[in-house]
Amino acid sequence: MTDATEVRALTQELLAAHPPATTDRTDFLKARFDAGLAWVHYPVGLGGLGAPRSLQAVVDAELAAAGAPDNDPRRIGIGLGMAAPTILRFGTDEQKQSLLRPLWVGEEVWCQLFSEPGAGSDLAALGTRAVRDGDEWVVDGQKVWTSSAHVARWAILIARTDPALPKHRGITYFVCDMTDPGVEVRPLRQITGEAEFNEVFLTGVRIPDSRRLGPVGEGWKVAQTTLMNERVSIGGSRIPREGGMIGPVAATWRERPELRTHDLHQRLLDLWVEAEVARLAGERLRQQLVAGQPGPEGSGMKLAFARLNQEISGLEVELRGAEGLLYDDWTMRRPELVDFTGRDAGYRYLRSKGNSIEGGTSEVLLNIVAERVLGLPSEPRSDKDIAWKDLAR
Amino acid sequence: MTSQPDLLYSEAEDDLRAAVRSLLADRCDAAAVLTRAESDTPYDPALWASLATDMGLAGLLVPEKLGGQGATHREAAVVLEELGRSVAPTPYLTGAVVAAETLLGCHAETAETAENPASPEAAAVAELLGALAGGRTVVALAVPLSAAPGTHVPRAVRAADGSLGGRITAVADAAAAKVLLVPAEDGLYAVETGEPGVTVESLTPLDLTRPLATVVLGGARGRRLAGSADAPVRRGLLAGAGLLASEQLGLAEWCLEETVRYTRDRKQFNRPVGSFQALKHRMAQLWLEVVSARAAARNAADALATGSPDAPLAVAVAQTYCSRVAVRAAEECVQLHGGIGMTWEHPAHLYLKRAKSDSIALGAPGRHTEAVAELVGLPAPQ
Repeated sequence: MTDATEVRALTQELLAAHPPATTDRTDFLKARFDAGLAWVHYPVGLGGLGAPRSLQAVVDAELAAAGAPDNDPRRIGIGLGMAAPTILRFGTDEQKQSLLRPLWVGEEVWCQLFSEPGAGSDLAALGTRAVRDGDEWVVDGQKVWTSSAHVARWAILIARTDPALPKHRGITYFVCDMTDPGVEVRPLRQITGEAEFNEVFLTGVRIPDSRRLGPVGEGWKVAQTTLMNERVSIGGSRIPREGGMIGPVAATWRERPELRTHDLHQRLLDLWVEAEVARLAGERLRQQLVAGQPGPEGSGMKLAFARLNQEISGLEVELRGAEGLLYDDWTMRRPELVDFTGRDAGYRYLRSKGNSIEGGTSEVLLNIVAERVLGLPSEPRSDKDIAWKDLAR
Repeated sequence: MTSQPDLLYSEAEDDLRAAVRSLLADRCDAAAVLTRAESDTPYDPALWASLATDMGLAGLLVPEKLGGQGATHREAAVVLEELGRSVAPTPYLTGAVVAAETLLGCHAETAETAENPASPEAAAVAELLGALAGGRTVVALAVPLSAAPGTHVPRAVRAADGSLGGRITAVADAAAAKVLLVPAEDGLYAVETGEPGVTVESLTPLDLTRPLATVVLGGARGRRLAGSADAPVRRGLLAGAGLLASEQLGLAEWCLEETVRYTRDRKQFNRPVGSFQALKHRMAQLWLEVVSARAAARNAADALATGSPDAPLAVAVAQTYCSRVAVRAAEECVQLHGGIGMTWEHPAHLYLKRAKSDSIALGAPGRHTEAVAELVGLPAPQ
């Protein structure tokens, strides 16, 4: 099954058997999954057809044209972008069968329990412990920056199973049931005033060994799959001209001549050009992926967008003059979705400060580009061969 | 919005790149460029003959029926990337792009307006295009290298007896040219540099690899090519500015690769200097800019090739961006090489000088940004 015509025919069969207008949304999504049209590059029986990934666009276009509901991918981004590829690659048959369908349909939201207060950029230094107890693991520790934790059913979790080994080797990867006793979720209020993220406290949480992903001690390797997919998903979508943060600023400039100054004009034009070039670079990356020639450019896109978002939103606050002195609302909220371009300029300015921190700080990403793309030598390291328990902290 | 541009390289374009790169590796290494730059013939006629005639690159933009290769700006851009990588002293950008496009602009005008296709203007244009495309005649547009598309360029004065007079400074590759395309008040003229009344005075350029001269016309005879110079010159300069972005990309790429190579090898404090974050972050940042410059340059080349209505914007964006990246890449190259980067012996200075002068070529910094403001409707304060 690798042909656009066949995929189109299957999509039409699905639409005929389950007309979107008269079918319940979840039922339709389940039928779509069972027809192998959820993610066509996944195997048969797991929502796919074992077809080339590029054929997904054919399915999506047909379904969109027929007004079919989608699975609201933004709400379940961590499941789709990070948990699913990891489960597919490292999960047991039983895990794949039971977890992937409700994940894709959106019945079960996923979150990610990776970062800790003491393990940010140096994620491999994490200290949450998982101790074997018969057929179970007992987990204790604290995770942080967990979006969706308060609505999630499941979490992907990495924890330390052998403190006597060097840090990368003593980690194991688990699927954690967020409804288990011992999982406590607290909102983490951020500089915008709201709490998109949470702190998660794990106290004596018991995880059956059957929910381990990959071998004991191989969790770091498994996590690489997750993190690689995170970065790909951040840089991967197509943007129209003025589609990002530059859009609202350009609109304000056009509508409000009284706000214009020469200094702002120069900066606006520079940023407009940079935003347009970043958009083109993203488009070029997309074309490379479609042509089956993925380049290393993806590693750079997040860097570019982080800086641009920050500079553009910073300019926007200044452009608004007296209005830039105001903020829409400091009320503590727990939004389920993050809208980077939503709300006002002040919010965008503050929220975009996180863009160069979340998903890998810009400084770490520059190291990755320098070492993996350019082949520059790494800094001398003193932590690689020392048992985790002996590291400075 | 228009259809999506093709920002990738085709297989044929990759093959073309390999052929040009291999020729330049043989004939135009850094030592050869430096020796050449200090000689009396700053451009290399033998190299030019290989590129222009043997490989047929002079006529890439010229349709086959006019004696060219009938290729597009996409292929010419690939050639320019390679020429930029080796700061090759050849009149390619000025001749095969700017002059060729100017002549094609004349051809379009005469073909449209003349009822008789064999009008004297049309015949002169076709003959010149054929000679240019075959690499037999080097042609240059007699405007300052800094002239931006759409801005006013200096014009020769037409005397009562029909001869041309005037003085145009900082004309690139005029010394190598056999024919100059001279904008005048009443049209565009072809003037042979060997004829009486034409003097080409060489200047001392900042960029040693792109010779500049002042063209002095005093009673020179010219053949009229078009009734108005405006549209053909604008077309020539727009294509030139758009494809200059690819030259800048190639130049920046060389600077980054050389800097990475050098800092991987060079040891201080008992380790390669390229292992220090202070240096590698700068190179990673530069890599990101080079990757972005590639997207911008490909977009401009593709827009020119497809005759997209977006071409002026694509060119202005590419020039604004790629000019800066090339200069930064060359400046970083000098700095991260340390002392050796400051020597005459090391080729980094050739790239720095080319990059800096490219940033003024075909539109000084700011000209293209102003064009962007105009094209996307972001006007300056009143």
